Amino acid sequence: MRTSGSAKVGRGESHRDGTHFSVTTATSASTVTLFLAIPAIVVLLALPAFASRVLLQELFYVFTMLALAQLWNLLAGSAGLISVGQQAFVGIGAYALFAFTVVANLDPVLSIVLAGAIAGLVAVPAALIVFRLRGAYFAIGTWVVAEVCRLILAQVKQLGGGTGTSLPPEVASSMVGLDFVRNLFAVRGPAARDILSYWLALILAIGTFLLVYRLLRSRHGLALSAIGDSEAAAESAGVDVSRTKLFIYVATAAATGMVGALIFLQKARISPDAAFSLIDWTAYVIFIVVIGGIGTMEGPIIGVVIFYLLQYYLAALGSWYLMLLGALAIILMLFAPTGVWGLISRFYDISPFPVRRRLIAPVGSVADEKESAR
Amino acid sequence: MLGWIDTLLQGILLGGLYSLYATGLSVIFGIMRLVNLAHGDLIVLAAFLMLALAAMGVPIVLTLAIVVPLMFALGYALQSAMLNRVLGRNILPPLLITFGLSIIVQNGLLETFSADTRFLNVGPLQGASLPLGGGIAIGVMPLICLATAIAIILLLNGVFYRTALGRAFRATSDDVEIAQLMGINNKAIYALTMGIALAVCAVAGFFLGARANFDPSIGPARLLYAFEAVIIGGLGSLWGTLAGGIVVGVAQTVGAHIDPEWQILSGHVAFLIVLVIRPRGLFPRAVD
Repeated sequence: MRTSGSAKVGRGESHRDGTHFSVTTATSASTVTLFLAIPAIVVLLALPAFASRVLLQELFYVFTMLALAQLWNLLAGSAGLISVGQQAFVGIGAYALFAFTVVANLDPVLSIVLAGAIAGLVAVPAALIVFRLRGAYFAIGTWVVAEVCRLILAQVKQLGGGTGTSLPPEVASSMVGLDFVRNLFAVRGPAARDILSYWLALILAIGTFLLVYRLLRSRHGLALSAIGDSEAAAESAGVDVSRTKLFIYVATAAATGMVGALIFLQKARISPDAAFSLIDWTAYVIFIVVIGGIGTMEGPIIGVVIFYLLQYYLAALGSWYLMLLGALAIILMLFAPTGVWGLISRFYDISPFPVRRRLIAPVGSVADEKESAR
Repeated sequence: MLGWIDTLLQGILLGGLYSLYATGLSVIFGIMRLVNLAHGDLIVLAAFLMLALAAMGVPIVLTLAIVVPLMFALGYALQSAMLNRVLGRNILPPLLITFGLSIIVQNGLLETFSADTRFLNVGPLQGASLPLGGGIAIGVMPLICLATAIAIILLLNGVFYRTALGRAFRATSDDVEIAQLMGINNKAIYALTMGIALAVCAVAGFFLGARANFDPSIGPARLLYAFEAVIIGGLGSLWGTLAGGIVVGVAQTVGAHIDPEWQILSGHVAFLIVLVIRPRGLFPRAVD
């Protein structure tokens, strides 16, 4: 199957003998994915009808972590912007949600969108500062920015200052769509809130996934992989490197802010230390991406499953669990830096979510013979 | 007015401690273009090692003599066993290895020593101070700390600029491929670099514990102060790092003088301002 629209970068080029070449990103596996994805999404949407509340809460966590992982993967894996400060935007999104709902009395769902916008706005000046640092220095620079945000918000007394504050119950129960859910599933307020949060998390996870997927298959994705290969070469080929990076940084920050807002809407309690936690919103997220396979669409999905299982069975070990994660990350970097998906794709040539462009030659052409000779 | 002079003096002394934190990081930056995210936690680790030795009855000065070579060996081993394997254009592996190490050290200390705050007892020097008149006094330990920071920079610059080994260090820093062509074993140089950096961390850990309280969780903040000092000072210059440490120290005490809650924030803000005005730092030497 040839994909259409933005996925197809090169229009077919006619040669003298009339053969027709085209460029595609589609694979047979991606066609299968397409047919499996739709029923899977339908099942996930309908899940609240028969799943337990605990399962929905667990899936909420999985989906929000998946969304954060996809976003960090776009930033670090595709754009080469290795940040250890994404907790800045989780925290800003979360605090913006509290400000919009508690102080400005806006609807929580609307506030999530606005919180994303705020995070994106903050990302612009932040980018102008941290982009002056390169590579590993950039990483620590983003961390300083996150610390600055945490320390500033700890000064805001209306939002609880250093100790934090709780979301008043009436805020959560004023969510748009809550009555609809309550009537649809015949459940009480708190259960209906969980269902609504679950749906929002599902939408955010799928939305982020599609956003990143579409982006990587578009000409911007091509620009990104060119930047990844060589910044100088990309620049000379007409890619505006700094603008592309700025766009990715700001877009990622906005989406991260929305996820952060949703997470803390569900938690209904906020404090600077929780909202700007390096471990919860960056270390775990990096772990998910790296164990799954950085720079691939499949990696974060595999990573979040592995991470969830580890968390489920071992989190009770406390600091030993964290030491184990740290040791796993080190071992991975030394012996399998491409992660689990990298190992899988070394042995099986499948790609359910392909972003790489391949040249398709017509049957019998020179390129085709070369292809089959390999 | 006297209050401000006092604030400034205390800031400069605090800057001495911060430049001790930063010197190791600056050396690694300068020679390997590497960032060690576990730097702060390794400083705290050194302080805890001294605490454990002191608890066994070892005199405090002797613990320094034991822990400094120990940390040197740890740095040498860390670089040759792990970080040398992932050298290259991709900066993610070394960054994540040191990030993993940071989490391991932090939680290992928490598990071994609990979250209680500790300090190193350095005897009669602990609270001693020199009166300067006008109600201003400066602590003896902070003064020794600043003097040590300067002495270490003099020593390192002596090694780097006056010895054959130092020439190898500088050659590796300038162009690793040409240095290798000239017969320099760059991996051995890197291992020595990390060893030196962690030896300085051990000294920094001593003054961390002697000047103030510490607990297993404070490493990352020390990493940030150290990093800020290096960037403010400019990459590749140890005197710049000292100046950077003093800028962060003074910014923090000035902030704290206005409102105690602003201490840490004003240090970070000073860093961001320098980054905006002079992105290459105050005294840049290396291009990178």
